[in-house]
Amino acid sequence: MEVIKIIGTDDTPNVILDANNNIFEISGRSLPEDVASFYEPILDWFDDYAEETNKKTIFDFKLVYFNTASSKLILDILLKLEEMYEAGKDVLVRWHFPDDDEDMEEAGEEYADIVEVPFEQVSYSLD
Amino acid sequence: MDDNKTDIKDFLAFAYSFYKTVKEYKINLVYEGEITHQIIKAFTSLTETNMEIDEEPTSIQKKVFHVMVESLQNISKHSDHLDTENQRKEGRGVFILGKNNDTYRITTGNVISRSNVESIRNQLTKINNLDKEGLKLFYKKQIKEGRLTQKGGAGLGFIDIAKKTGNKLNFNFLSLNDDYSFFVLTSTISKNI
Repeated sequence: MEVIKIIGTDDTPNVILDANNNIFEISGRSLPEDVASFYEPILDWFDDYAEETNKKTIFDFKLVYFNTASSKLILDILLKLEEMYEAGKDVLVRWHFPDDDEDMEEAGEEYADIVEVPFEQVSYSLD
Repeated sequence: MDDNKTDIKDFLAFAYSFYKTVKEYKINLVYEGEITHQIIKAFTSLTETNMEIDEEPTSIQKKVFHVMVESLQNISKHSDHLDTENQRKEGRGVFILGKNNDTYRITTGNVISRSNVESIRNQLTKINNLDKEGLKLFYKKQIKEGRLTQKGGAGLGFIDIAKKTGNKLNFNFLSLNDDYSFFVLTSTISKNI
C-alpha cells in the first residue's frame, strides 16, 4: 500500500496516509494555489485503500484553516470515507478543532450533517 | 518641457491627496493589479502580522484572514476583463483593507461581463436575505451540488463571507460600457461580537 506523506506549508496541509502504521490525517492550513491537483493524489489513494482496508480506519482532520475551494475537496474525501463505511468497513472520522474556534467547530457539524459516516468532534487547546 | 513640469506638479498633488484620502478612510492596505496566489499570500501574511501586533483576538484574526482569501480569490477567479494584448491570465482588480475602532472592512472591485451582473446580483441579494440558519442550509446545498470550476471556484465564497462575518454584503455595479461593468463588494467584520 502506497504511503502518502506531504509536509505542510503556509498554504498546504500536512497529509499522512499510512495504512501500515494506521495513521490517516490531514492537518494545518489548506489554500493551495491549485486545489484540484493538490487533492487529486489523495483522492486516488482512497480508491486503492478501499480495496484493502485496515480493520479500523480512524481519519483525523486537524485543520486550522481552509478556504472554500478546499472545503469542496474535503467533502470529496469524506464521501470516499462514507463509501467505505457503506461497504461495511469500520470507519471513524475525528474532526479536531481549537476550543475557541466556533467556525471550525461549525464546519465539522456541517460535514457531519452531509455525510453518513461515524463522526466525532474533538476540541483541543492551543495553549 | 513646461507641460512636463505641470504634469509632475499635478502628480505630486495627486500623491498627497491620495495619502490624505487613505488616512481619512483609515485604509491599511490598497492595491490595484493582478491578484496572484503570491499576492494573496503576501497580503494575508502582512495583515496577520499587523493584527498580531495590535493584539487582535484570534477569532477576529481568523475571520479577517478568511474574508481576505475569499475576496481576493473571487477577483482572481471571476474578473472577466482579460488583458488580451498581454495574454495575462490572472484576474485584476482593486483590493482595499480598512480598519477603524469597530470594524475591519474589506473591499474588492473588479471588471465583469455585463452578462454576469444579474446572476451575481441575484446571488448576493439571496444571501443578504438569509439568516444564520438559512446561510448554513444554502452552504450545505451548494457544497453538495456545486462543482469546482476550471479555475478552482466552488461557488461558496460569498456564502462563506456572509456566514463568517454575520454581516450583510454591500455591493454595487457600475456600468463601464456596453460589455463591462465594475463590481464593488464590501464585507465588514465587526470587532465586538
